[in-house]
Amino acid sequence: MTISAFSLGTAVTRWGQLAATLVVVAALGACATPRSPYDYTAFKQNRPVSMLVLPPLNETPEVAATYGVLSHVTLPLAEAGYYVVPVSLMDETFRQNGLNNPAEIHDVSPQKLREIFGADAVVYIKVTQYGTSYAVIASETRVTAQARIVDLRTGELLWRGSASASSGEGRSSGQGGLAELLILAVVAQIVETVSDTSIKYAGTASQRLLSPRMNGVLYGPRSPNYQKD
Amino acid sequence: MKWAHLFRLVAAIAMGSVLIGCAKAPKQLYYWEGFQGQLYQHFKGDSSSPEDQLRILDAQAQKARASGSVLPPGFRAHLAMIYLRLGRDREAQQELEAEKANFPESEQYMDFLLKRMTAPKS
Repeated sequence: MTISAFSLGTAVTRWGQLAATLVVVAALGACATPRSPYDYTAFKQNRPVSMLVLPPLNETPEVAATYGVLSHVTLPLAEAGYYVVPVSLMDETFRQNGLNNPAEIHDVSPQKLREIFGADAVVYIKVTQYGTSYAVIASETRVTAQARIVDLRTGELLWRGSASASSGEGRSSGQGGLAELLILAVVAQIVETVSDTSIKYAGTASQRLLSPRMNGVLYGPRSPNYQKD
Repeated sequence: MKWAHLFRLVAAIAMGSVLIGCAKAPKQLYYWEGFQGQLYQHFKGDSSSPEDQLRILDAQAQKARASGSVLPPGFRAHLAMIYLRLGRDREAQQELEAEKANFPESEQYMDFLLKRMTAPKS
């Protein structure tokens, strides 16, 4: 084997490793939920038709977290087959009644929520990570949220779960040498803070959080898959 | 070069099978386009005016109509919200009625809003 053939081999191997890493990461991100099956007894007994998603609690330093996530919750739930109470009007209704922050809104009684919005179930969301973290080696933008769905007619907990989305998912790790990683981190930091990258991952995280998937929410009555899961 | 091609092919096949393996999202129920982005703009409230938002949403509604697609839940209600901001109450009312007609699940909340709008202000 000549030297040049060998060096080509190394380059190819690296390419292969990168591709393999990407595939593995994509597979994990898209499909993997290695947990025991969720107990859907309460969900199936109550079968809500409409959902009210309250403005998410924000446990991050980023002020944009609440509305970054709230503006992306309608799509997954509506595509799952539920009617979703219009989020902008809902938010405005609370404001008109003097409730301006998510914590106060989450304290409103289920009876009152049902009386005003007429929804069958309420979705309480908590955002625990939102934005870019400034690590030396690998800066990343990450959005993580937890959700609880509670039936407004019976008060029963129907479902709970969490999801996360990160800019690190598509990136290779290791193998690159420290200098390369440092450059990657710096570039990522600049790109991810200059543009409002978080909103993109808020969309992905919300999608993962509230879409039907393994251990996810069940399909609703407007979906062709209703009662098939 | 040959090896590089082979690896690329293998990688492409692997990628493809991952996509096929997970792809179970067929046709969407609703015509979303930039609706979620518009909601975010509305909540942020700094970078675009209600007039701009209205224009963008109107264009989306026309495209949906032209392609025979269904507008998502909350779309008409959000239009109503923008009309209210602009003081165009009659159009806001029409959109709330339209939300109710298209999604009967919204009846109770839409009626709650309509009642408040039509109530004589003291």
